Amino acid sequence: MNASLLLLADSRLPAGGHAHSGGAERAVATGAVRDEHDLAAFLHGRLTTTGRVAASLAAASCALATTLLPDATPAGGPASGGGEAGWTALDAEADARTASPAQRAAARTQGRLLLRVARRIWPSPVLDGLALAVPSPHHPVALGAVAAVAGCPPRDAALAAAYHSVTGPATAAVRLLGLDPVAVHRLLATLSDTLDAIAGTAAASPHPDPTPPEGSPSEAPDVWAALPAHAAPALDLLAEQHVRATTRLFVS
Amino acid sequence: MGTDHADHHHAPDGHGRALRLGIGGPVGSGKTALVAALCRTLGPSMRLGVVTNDIYTTEDADFLRRAGVLDPARIVAVETGCCPHTAIRDDIAANIDAVETLEERFGPLDLVIVESGGDNLTATFSRGLADKQIFVLDVSGGDKVPRKGGPGVTSADLLVVNKTDLAPMVGADLTVMSRDAAAVRDGKPVLFTSIREDRGAHTVADWVTGMVHDWRHVHATPETPHATLHP
Ligand SMILES: Nc1nc2c(ncn2[C@@H]2O[C@H](COP(=O)(O)OP(=O)(O)O)[C@@H](O)[C@H]2O)c(=O)[nH]1
Ligand SMILES: [Mg+2]
Repeated sequence: MNASLLLLADSRLPAGGHAHSGGAERAVATGAVRDEHDLAAFLHGRLTTTGRVAASLAAASCALATTLLPDATPAGGPASGGGEAGWTALDAEADARTASPAQRAAARTQGRLLLRVARRIWPSPVLDGLALAVPSPHHPVALGAVAAVAGCPPRDAALAAAYHSVTGPATAAVRLLGLDPVAVHRLLATLSDTLDAIAGTAAASPHPDPTPPEGSPSEAPDVWAALPAHAAPALDLLAEQHVRATTRLFVS
Repeated sequence: MGTDHADHHHAPDGHGRALRLGIGGPVGSGKTALVAALCRTLGPSMRLGVVTNDIYTTEDADFLRRAGVLDPARIVAVETGCCPHTAIRDDIAANIDAVETLEERFGPLDLVIVESGGDNLTATFSRGLADKQIFVLDVSGGDKVPRKGGPGVTSADLLVVNKTDLAPMVGADLTVMSRDAAAVRDGKPVLFTSIREDRGAHTVADWVTGMVHDWRHVHATPETPHATLHP
């Protein structure tokens, strides 16, 4: 594991994550989550659906970014970072796996903020290239690219994405329900094995060939069609209810 | 918001952009009233943008839009997820995004005002978000508040003590507040206002105008020529 992963996964990374509850606020408002027991089910469900998808997208994005890093290309890499077709295609895969427009908007907002912050922390033509191709990328796409630039392999990117999918809602539930923060952290700890397994599988997901044959484009976007596409309709509905609510504390 | 952004990776040094003014202070002290007053007084001579940080609704943004003091599109609301102070101090990403969105859509601007969601006496703006900050207290919180200090009271570039019209009713001694504030603020300015009586908050607006002038003097670039200000 690369130490940069700790910075990336830290909830104190100033990239706007604190204002998102991943559906937890609406789940609390509707009574679906009232206590630790409900929260455990909520987090497990979220991790094994949207969390798994986010992990795979982050791993794919990290793999793509790695092929674009200056020392990965013989000529020292294109000045702009390149990869436009790849970024656009991968972001479209993320869109296709995010049914709720509200969730798409939340994922893009978080991706844009992460990318902006990361470009100051880890400046790189690869991140410039992503920002040019997709100014507001889905969060896992941004996360994967940032992880690569920070020196992390796809498995780390996947782990950070999966972890991110549960820590936001867990913290939000502590604030909204006044749950014991230690009990909630114990709950997160029980998810460790699942997190590891998800990251391992995601890192084994299909990636574009980093050394494509002469004359072919440097990305092979069609392999991404096979990325996992687990759906969580209840989370989609919560997200849509949330944007329509007249009072709310969290953006999503 | 902002999905139509062009790439904007600003150097954080402030050249060629508007002065960013943070307005903080406890809930109910008159921050939104002050924002409205500043828009009223400065709107005719300055290009403005406003970011609100409502805690639970979009009340402040809605109030300002209804007040008709500024083009409603120039008022952007940021949601802060239970933590208004985090959004202005520890994780300012969403506020920066809102400010830059305003500058991109309507820029160049002279002044972007960011109103905090309202917090306790320890809440201040990060220098990464606000170039200058005003802390707003009101007399009904009691005349001991300036003495209690806290980073907002001691370090804000301007301390505003609002609702002086209520002082007789709540038995607040303005002389005591003035003396205590001076003691903890090391010479930095303090203004007493009643926005109820002076709906343009003219003394504060004059101070802000001075700050905008100074900002331009130091940070203007040839690509963003000075607009004429009529204070
Ligand atoms: N009496 C009096 N009321 C004021 C004054 N300024 C603001 N208010 C009122 O105080 C209340 C809270 O003001 P607001 O600007 O929303 O406070 P904020 O929470 O700090 O933004 C509103 O009802 C205002 O009309 C003032 O100078 N005098
Ligand atoms: Mg207000």
